[in-house]
Amino acid sequence: MNVQAWTFVMVGLSFALYIGVALWSKARSTGDFYVAGSNVHPVVNGMATAADWMSAASFISMAGLISFMGRDGSVYLLGWTGGYVLLALLLAPYLRKFGKYTVPDFVGDRYYSQVARIVAVVCAVFVSFTYVAGQMRGVGIVFSRFLNVNIEIGVFIGMGIVFFYAVLGGMKGITYTQVAQYCVLIFAFLVPAIFISILITGNAIPQLGLMGKVADGSELYLLDRLNGLSEELGFNLYTDGSKSTIDVFFITAALMLGTAGLPHVIIRFYTVRKASEARISAGWALLFIAILYTTAPAVAAFARTNLLKTVRYEQNGERTDVRYEDVPSWFKNWEATGLITFEDKNEDGAIQYRGPNSDIENELTIDPDIMVLANPEIAKLPNWIVGLVAAGGLAAALSTAAGLLLVISTAVAHDLLKGAIMPTLEEKQELTAARIAAGVAVCIAGYFGMNPPGFVGQVVAFAFGLAASSFFPAIVMGIFSKRMNKEGAISGMIVGITFTAAYIIFFKFISPELNTPDHWLWGISPEGIGTVGMVLNFIVSLSVSALTSPPPDEVQTLVDDIRVP
Amino acid sequence: MDTSAKNKAYWRKNLQYLAILLSIWFITSYLCSIVFVEQLDKIRFGGYRLGFYFAQQASIWIFVELIFVYAWLMNRLEKKYRTDAETEETEQP
Repeated sequence: MNVQAWTFVMVGLSFALYIGVALWSKARSTGDFYVAGSNVHPVVNGMATAADWMSAASFISMAGLISFMGRDGSVYLLGWTGGYVLLALLLAPYLRKFGKYTVPDFVGDRYYSQVARIVAVVCAVFVSFTYVAGQMRGVGIVFSRFLNVNIEIGVFIGMGIVFFYAVLGGMKGITYTQVAQYCVLIFAFLVPAIFISILITGNAIPQLGLMGKVADGSELYLLDRLNGLSEELGFNLYTDGSKSTIDVFFITAALMLGTAGLPHVIIRFYTVRKASEARISAGWALLFIAILYTTAPAVAAFARTNLLKTVRYEQNGERTDVRYEDVPSWFKNWEATGLITFEDKNEDGAIQYRGPNSDIENELTIDPDIMVLANPEIAKLPNWIVGLVAAGGLAAALSTAAGLLLVISTAVAHDLLKGAIMPTLEEKQELTAARIAAGVAVCIAGYFGMNPPGFVGQVVAFAFGLAASSFFPAIVMGIFSKRMNKEGAISGMIVGITFTAAYIIFFKFISPELNTPDHWLWGISPEGIGTVGMVLNFIVSLSVSALTSPPPDEVQTLVDDIRVP
Repeated sequence: MDTSAKNKAYWRKNLQYLAILLSIWFITSYLCSIVFVEQLDKIRFGGYRLGFYFAQQASIWIFVELIFVYAWLMNRLEKKYRTDAETEETEQP
């Protein structure tokens, strides 16, 4: 069978699996719909959280980005895992102990204020929509690259699947499909990684291969070989960074704090039975995530080495650039998709791939996404593995999209409708409202997937920055400071969000030409500014609450209650 | 000890655990992997550059361990401070 037939088989089988799981786990009450009845086993929840968290960006783009960024790529590796420590130690167990269903529930009750609840709802919906649009786009791209259908049809099929299990099964359906999706995506990521590790280093464990020697007879360590090749072609050393230390520090912190404050991650910890299970479940989640996140930097280094060795090698005792007619077939296949472009500027028939430190003009442009998508072909793996990678990419995108859609539907039906507008809503009506909200959210997400606003890439910085500068401080102080009152929390959130949003909007939309380190505040890029927003939030909240009256007694009792063993 | 004193002691111990574990978290991720990465890169064991290894591998595994250690410590602590008669009930949402 050819690649396309195998892709249809793999994608079809995985979709059938998700539908089967959804039918088996239909939601019957609002408790089922919002938090899967709160009786999910911690290991199962850990696996579902891992799939929920790892999006199309983690599966498809991250290894490629690292392979072009070298050591700077660690901002993603650290930022998107370290937040789980904060989540498990500072947030998840207490939110679970508090009960209820959502983050706005906690913010509204703890700060005894409908304003605080509505600010939280707006943030949750905004953050989730920016995120989900990217996932739907990812679904469309996988379909169009692997199955040659156009992006719109791909998005439409993805919408149909998510609609089916999110609207029918709610959190219960999503939880068990996410478990299935984790298995598909981790298998699809590891199999090519193991093969390419054997190919490049002779070691079957990618994490060890990264630190081992290359298997090309040069007896050099992989990272030394990669540094040598990079230097020869005028790139920075792979193990050196080009971002400033302060920027790396602040970006990593913003991603970590944002991770801990993202509502679709937090909401997963409401599905376990009790606080102690929320803690251990976060550990399992991070373990399942770490399997992919420690493999990705290895894949990045292998793919980079392989690429550089393909374009530049030794022939008759001389170092030479590859001639265009001699490139391997994967190169031409991906050239056809426009993800690799070669322009023979000096018309010598050879491909000069050069970095910023070289005198020779660069002729090759490569989209980072290729590093994962083309791996199976580069490693000459059988066609069914290529199909598996497509199914894995779809699993990653769909599982994240479903988790986000649930946050949107919960925020609208539970926090806004039942919590603020129509408190008399009965359970059955609320469940129907939640289903309708989920359905509408799927359609809006699909629309953005088909017609992506030009700024989807930029708004991801937004999602993390806003979560870091609003939710994270508000929740942490709600638990650890009994004195924190609504005046403090609300003014802190408003200052944090306004500062972060203004900085990002200024550099990303109003004056993108000024978006360089010279113009940044203390050399901190818009990606890292959420950390400063968070610090401002803490300072403002603590000062304002010190000057205003303490929260009422029943709120102080509420805080005491979530602190007991 | 009455219940409220017991709860206070439990919370104080919890804050101690948090301070220790979050310091380790900060040292591995921000100091070893970012601030002092160049200095640590000079320390090499075979193909391992220590700073680079912290930034792209070791930190992640340390994060995982920190969470499991905290879960274990807290389970032990809760057992100690919960009065014998009551068992941890499932919190209903």
